[in-house]
Amino acid sequence: MIKSIQELSKRQAKAQKEYYCDKVRISVGAGTCGLANGAGEVLETISDEVDKQGLDFLVRQTGCVGFCEGEPIVDVMIPGLPRVFYRDISPRKARELVQAIAQRDFRSEWALARLDKDNLLVELERDVSGKLNGLAKVPALHELPFYKQQAKIALRNCGFIDPHNIEEYLASGGYSALAKVLSSMEAEEIIDSVENAGLRGRGGGGFLTARKWRSCRKADGYPKYVLCNGDEGDPGAFMDRSIMEGNPHSVLEGMTIGAYAIGADRGYIYVRLEYPLAVENLRIAIRQAKEYGLLGENILGTDFSFDVKISRGAGAFVCGESTALMASLEGLSGEPRAKHIHTAEKGLFKKPTNLNNVETWANVPVIINKGWQWYSKIGSDNNKGTKVFSVVGKVKNTGLVEVPMGISLRQIIYDICGGVPDKRQFKGVQTGGPSGGCLPEKLLDLPVDFDGLTEAGSMMGSGGMIVMDDRSCVVEIARYFTEFLTKESCGKCTACREGVREMLELLDKITIGQGSTEDIELLEELCCYVRDNSICGLGKSAPNPTLSTLKYFRDEYEAHVVEHKCPAGVCRELTKFEIEAETCIACGRCIKACPVEAITGEKKVAHEIIQEKCIKCGACRDTCPVDAVVTL
Amino acid sequence: MNLTKVDEIIQEYEGEDSWLVMILQDVQEDFNFLPELALKRVAEQLDIPLSRVHNVATFYSSLSLKERGKHIIKVCDGTACHLRGFVNLRDEICRQLAIKEGETTNDKLFTLEVVACLGACALAPVMAIDGKCFGNMDTQKVEATLDLYRKQTQK
Amino acid sequence: MALIKTVIDGKEIEVERDRWALDVAREMGISIPTLCHHEALEPYGACRLCVVEVTKGKWTWLTTACDLPIREGLSIRTDTPEVIKSRKMTLELMWARAPEAEGLEELAKELGVDKPRFKLRHDIGKCILCGLCVRVCDKLIGASAISFVNRGAERRVGTPFNAASDKCIGCNACVAVCPTGHILTVDKGDIRYMETWRTELDMVACEVCSKGYIPARQYEAITARLGERIALDKVCPACLRARTVERFKAASKV
Repeated sequence: MIKSIQELSKRQAKAQKEYYCDKVRISVGAGTCGLANGAGEVLETISDEVDKQGLDFLVRQTGCVGFCEGEPIVDVMIPGLPRVFYRDISPRKARELVQAIAQRDFRSEWALARLDKDNLLVELERDVSGKLNGLAKVPALHELPFYKQQAKIALRNCGFIDPHNIEEYLASGGYSALAKVLSSMEAEEIIDSVENAGLRGRGGGGFLTARKWRSCRKADGYPKYVLCNGDEGDPGAFMDRSIMEGNPHSVLEGMTIGAYAIGADRGYIYVRLEYPLAVENLRIAIRQAKEYGLLGENILGTDFSFDVKISRGAGAFVCGESTALMASLEGLSGEPRAKHIHTAEKGLFKKPTNLNNVETWANVPVIINKGWQWYSKIGSDNNKGTKVFSVVGKVKNTGLVEVPMGISLRQIIYDICGGVPDKRQFKGVQTGGPSGGCLPEKLLDLPVDFDGLTEAGSMMGSGGMIVMDDRSCVVEIARYFTEFLTKESCGKCTACREGVREMLELLDKITIGQGSTEDIELLEELCCYVRDNSICGLGKSAPNPTLSTLKYFRDEYEAHVVEHKCPAGVCRELTKFEIEAETCIACGRCIKACPVEAITGEKKVAHEIIQEKCIKCGACRDTCPVDAVVTL
Repeated sequence: MNLTKVDEIIQEYEGEDSWLVMILQDVQEDFNFLPELALKRVAEQLDIPLSRVHNVATFYSSLSLKERGKHIIKVCDGTACHLRGFVNLRDEICRQLAIKEGETTNDKLFTLEVVACLGACALAPVMAIDGKCFGNMDTQKVEATLDLYRKQTQK
Repeated sequence: MALIKTVIDGKEIEVERDRWALDVAREMGISIPTLCHHEALEPYGACRLCVVEVTKGKWTWLTTACDLPIREGLSIRTDTPEVIKSRKMTLELMWARAPEAEGLEELAKELGVDKPRFKLRHDIGKCILCGLCVRVCDKLIGASAISFVNRGAERRVGTPFNAASDKCIGCNACVAVCPTGHILTVDKGDIRYMETWRTELDMVACEVCSKGYIPARQYEAITARLGERIALDKVCPACLRARTVERFKAASKV
């Protein structure tokens, strides 16, 4: 139990000493994707080898450092030396690595990067630069194209600290912001700070956070609730997951500060069901924070109390919408309510409620610690701070990227994520999930922030970014998102329930080659109707994928309805796969890859696809080393 | 049917009906689906209309009123997975198990569900069995992966 | 409640703050179609038929009038081309969904819908998911026998597990509020068949004529509310009227 702010400082100092102790520390990135890639086995192997060799090493697990392409990632910190991150470490390599480190052999050929200064909440001086020792050839993390332009604020600590151990959060300077707030800041002052910092909601809405806090603070009613939206339903987005898994205390600390400013004494974190590790890590964090007196009754010995509970989603994307989320917390189905009743005044259980996204909360302690002046220098006009993006799809380096707002799409996709692989051509980027739109190459220099993309017909949204190449069909993408939304619609209002379903019918027709130009016209009319007549954000933004692809890729739609062709070779009814005899080198790879044995050919005889058997899956085209498979 | 587990779950949530969604999830954990009798008991114990319990149970995708198999396969159809081969993966599983999306095999071993996103996008395409994630899947890995669970049952 | 100024269809009017725009407009004699609205229930905003164009400052948007509270600075138009277009599409979609819904085709044609450009469905009866039945049963009657089931395109109204309800009291309030005739009820002999809810209710027999006239459950629900001090006779309305007539006749003879 930490009973005072002075005691907190002492405990932080002690924790820092333990974190930067005189033992070698090896940690494994064990977020959900790390684990899916074998990080669990790697962790076990390392522990086993350390035991076997009788080494006095610390073995820990951390969250996700964001470089998904290189999972499993192992980080080694030897006292007095730069930290080294290793990539693609299999259990076999892990065992060898432990043995090598015991001999102080760095195996730099496996290294991803070295880090001289740790990326923690509070900058700590570790005097290690200049002591490269054989690590000279290993690039510094900030020199890697992937990390060069990044600025980790919301993702601080992720991949560096063990989320199961509050001591490591303390070591990083955690809870200093809360202490500062409780000891020396008035509620209005706190809200002013957040306002001057320019913090806007990171869940996609982009509302000024301070304004929401102020409305809730002014509202009448008891109790007041502070909520965290961890429902991250956008397919392809995993920013919030990484924060909840890798640095759960940042969310708790942010919420506690917000609760203090608003005058709330309780809250909930709503986490989607598909994130069990996030739920687990948050549970552990809550328990530990309470043990330490940093959450619950009489925080840090003051008379301020704040308790938080976790609630899980149950498979409904619509519950990411604030009023639907509140309905779910009330034990009802997730039907959104009309927005003229402001939830800041009458929200959860008809009481004043403030809801913010995970990433928004994670920014709060940093703003308090480093000051709004520091924070407001980052980003662009009216779009302050950074944004975390999950960049997936056809890029060389998929992963989590946190950059100052205002950076361009091109910088993110090409400079940071390495561009489109396999020598294919960039076609478009889908931003903002099912509520966002597809943007073409000519708009790649648009600034990525709340305002920049909206004019072009997309939105930054929660930060999901899907990159597509010439083998992606935009009509199919529009159809895919529309199908997703049809299934996720709550069904209350005519506009969304019937309108989005009819949009899907038309897109289905078009992608199987039975669409006409009249269908496209009706589709456009439906899109405008659904956008203007739906109750909630799900319906209102449902037409975005369709409208944006119609705007920027109309020729692809026309190919589908006029020529009945799919230029990308994706829509099965409109595509025929054939092997070009002159190019074929008869290597047999396609024959092996074909799941239905539809390809014939022997060595040195050009292979042929049996059209009647072909299911148009494209596996042959993907495996052919000489691009001999073409689509007609 | 032993409904005392239902009572215990409701006690854990202090009989608060605002926890209905999580109560139903916990009941489903126990029975592997939501039997009619269990739902009736929930309504009784929470003193709320059965129609409300039924409304909530049928609204959320993760809750199932149909009996499910021993192992729940969830194939991810998130955007990244969709672009990287979800359709082929799902079709292959359907082919091998001779069932459609949402159905359970005759031997009640597997239920196939499609989910919106598991959050492991860098490893697309992804599928999870009983919560364990399998990344970088392709049609050729399906049989071996399913065998891991077939063998478990045989033991 | 404070009075504030608002403008509807160019006419300025003073009303109590937070009154619903639909009610105010109707009082002004402006006609706005609705389907899921009922004055005895809270507005629901589901059918989208009552949309109007609202302007506040530099923002203009479409929203439903039934749940739009009159606040400072609002100017409302109920008849712009955008509004008409939206209402037409709403009806077109509803018509395609429930082509046999009573009155729907007329309403659609009145607003200028020629015929739906969407495939007509014949598999879900006449229900347009206005929710009036659910809302009346839950909020006014308090029986909560029916609710919405499923989500999205699969959404429908029904009893739990689509089975006979033991909460339905056969009051027929749902039938009374249903705007499309979807809900079916018929009395045969001494049984009331709530066909749509698959529920059969035994009726209490009239002490005078012996015909079943009120579902037993309804009788019990009412007597429970009336309490011990008010006895409710088991006499059907016809016989009760006849009895009253007799009493008056006898009194006037004196």
